[in-house]
Amino acid sequence: MKILVPVKRVADPDNANKVKVSGDGTKVTSDGLEWKMNPFDEWSLEAALRLTENGSSKDRVGEVVLVSIGPKDAVQTIRQGLAMGAERGILVESDDDSLDSHVVAQVIAAIAAEEKPDVIFFGKQSADGDSNVAGTKLAEMLDWPLVNYAMAISTDDEGKSFTVKRELDVGQQTLKVQSPCVFTSSDRILQPESVKNGVTPADFAYPESEGGRYASLKGIMKAKKKPVDEKSLADLGVEAKRVNEYVKFDLPPARSGSTTFVESVEELVQKLHSDAKVL
Amino acid sequence: MTDVLVVAELTEGQPRKTTLAAVTFAKQVAEGTGGAFDILAIGEGAEGAAGALTQYGARKVLHSEVGGGYVSETFAATVAKAADGYGVVAACASSYGKDLLPRVAAKIDAGVASDISSVEVDGSDLLYTRPMYAGNVFGTLKITTDVQVVTVRQSEFDPAPEAGSSSPVEAFAAEDGGEAASKIEVLSLEVVKSERPELTEADVVVSGGRSLKSAENFENVLEPLVDALNAAMGASRAAVDAGYVPNDLQVGQTGKVVAPKLYIAVGISGAIQHLAGMKGSKTIVAINKDREAPIAQVADYFLVADLFDAVPEMTKEVEKLKAQG
Ligand SMILES: Cc1cc2nc3c(=O)[nH]c(=O)nc-3n(C[C@H](O)[C@H](O)[C@H](O)COP(=O)(O)OP(=O)(O)OC[C@H]3O[C@@H](n4cnc5c(N)ncnc54)[C@H](O)[C@@H]3O)c2cc1C
Ligand SMILES: Nc1ncnc2c1ncn2[C@@H]1O[C@H](COP(=O)(O)O)[C@@H](O)[C@H]1O
Repeated sequence: MKILVPVKRVADPDNANKVKVSGDGTKVTSDGLEWKMNPFDEWSLEAALRLTENGSSKDRVGEVVLVSIGPKDAVQTIRQGLAMGAERGILVESDDDSLDSHVVAQVIAAIAAEEKPDVIFFGKQSADGDSNVAGTKLAEMLDWPLVNYAMAISTDDEGKSFTVKRELDVGQQTLKVQSPCVFTSSDRILQPESVKNGVTPADFAYPESEGGRYASLKGIMKAKKKPVDEKSLADLGVEAKRVNEYVKFDLPPARSGSTTFVESVEELVQKLHSDAKVL
Repeated sequence: MTDVLVVAELTEGQPRKTTLAAVTFAKQVAEGTGGAFDILAIGEGAEGAAGALTQYGARKVLHSEVGGGYVSETFAATVAKAADGYGVVAACASSYGKDLLPRVAAKIDAGVASDISSVEVDGSDLLYTRPMYAGNVFGTLKITTDVQVVTVRQSEFDPAPEAGSSSPVEAFAAEDGGEAASKIEVLSLEVVKSERPELTEADVVVSGGRSLKSAENFENVLEPLVDALNAAMGASRAAVDAGYVPNDLQVGQTGKVVAPKLYIAVGISGAIQHLAGMKGSKTIVAINKDREAPIAQVADYFLVADLFDAVPEMTKEVEKLKAQG
């Protein structure tokens, strides 16, 4: 099974409240924040690794190829994914400002034509832009089926088809899908028994975790030797033409008023009743 | 002049209230540009749903029966065909709208403004404002394609009121889904049913965190307060991950976005991803042992207390207050 995982680098999302807007409002600046792998992509990468390994012996039984579109530095994000266990990477060079979800989908479509993966496993959204668009647009561009917000995935025919449960606002839906196909994941994909690939022993459970696996020292050493192809948009025959033009950025208005610390439940309820008038 | 097509969201043949947020958006665009808006009900039981959507001022309500359960692969083909002639195709940014509309956009070569919080008509341009960076920046964008696809944040667009007139209803022939549609099939759908108000529609939301420690405590400690307040129940990701409550209760960047009059965060630290889903609430209360918890950044009232003492006591106080009328 071959899985393509698009990974984006984003300004440290745990400190997203520290991003600033330039004086003229035309740019978001994240100076001083570390670049991190988009956590939503990290979840999908973790699921892709689980689909292509024997979870118990950790033998690899498939291939995970990472793609990042961004400046040369974005190779660090690819190296991190290689250190987690992916086999190789592709860096498509572009400056961040010429991208939007539409261009990303076009680039991944061009890569898919070369790589012919069984699955393209997107993150559901970029933690900076929060769009949640690229994976779905790409699925339509390729005319492939798509499962958004996968919370559990299983295959018993080496990825020719999958049974996937996905999260909805109103509950859950279970689908049967033939590959090649596109997935995005929800937080629940990281649960100990969310991924079943027919190779990992049926009673095996992954440890509880809130993110992808940590890279071991050995993994980090190995990652240095794994291949990373560099391509340009021109190599792929993609003309980067954004369809979204941001005209300005603003910081959200501060919440009015400060925090009132109350001493007792009685005082809280009384204040909610008389001052805030919400009870 | 921009005409808008609103794609209604149906569950079990009934329109969800999310649809009315998209209608409010459509009215703003139609009024601002001198255009009109129509509604498309699609899915099983679409005709009945269309009948329930005639009171909101649409020029017409279309219905298209598409069977086999919802998948974007079959629905998008029909929506794309219906979209012909409209300047904007819109839906609510629910898990339904966010799954369906980008696929429609790819079919009709449209750009997407996802999860917008407001729209402004600026001459011949539509300017869409949307939260980014987990709600820490608001970006305003234009879409450069002729047809534009938009999903709207339910908490930022009030449900459209009834307009007093009745829109005509028309059938619209469904379109075949093609290659992708033949490769996906719905095996089952589990719809969560609750007696309580919907999380995204309630005036009061009470959410619990990891600190509740078990499903039993959610039931025995938190639920009485939820019910005393006639509130909806929410939760942090940590509480959902631990299996204390079902996933449809998650509030935050990956869960639902809520903006009730009153939001009570019980034993929730206030991680940036949680705040992304609730900081638009009017009044925010935190009940937390730790005075320094980041939820203080957004809380209007903060009770430093052990929730296992404070919550049962609060339930009693609220009931007392209610008894006084
Ligand atoms: C990409 C990404 C997306 C995410 N999306 C979401 C999301 O949508 N929603 C979400 O909620 N999280 C989300 N998270 C997770 C988030 O970062 C936090 O891990 C999570 O919100 C923490 O949940 P919590 O507040 O219940 O738990 P904790 O952070 O463990 O906090 C528990 C709190 O309870 C208090 N406490 C403990 N015991 C008591 C007691 N007896 N009485 C009173 N107070 C007590 C503690 O002081 C503490 O403040 C996301 C994370 C990532 C990386
Ligand atoms: N620059 C990028 N490089 C690689 N993958 C990306 C990039 N931007 C977005 N993606 C992928 O597309 C998903 C959805 O992005 P978005 O539509 O921007 O929210 C992300 O989770 C990634 O998997």
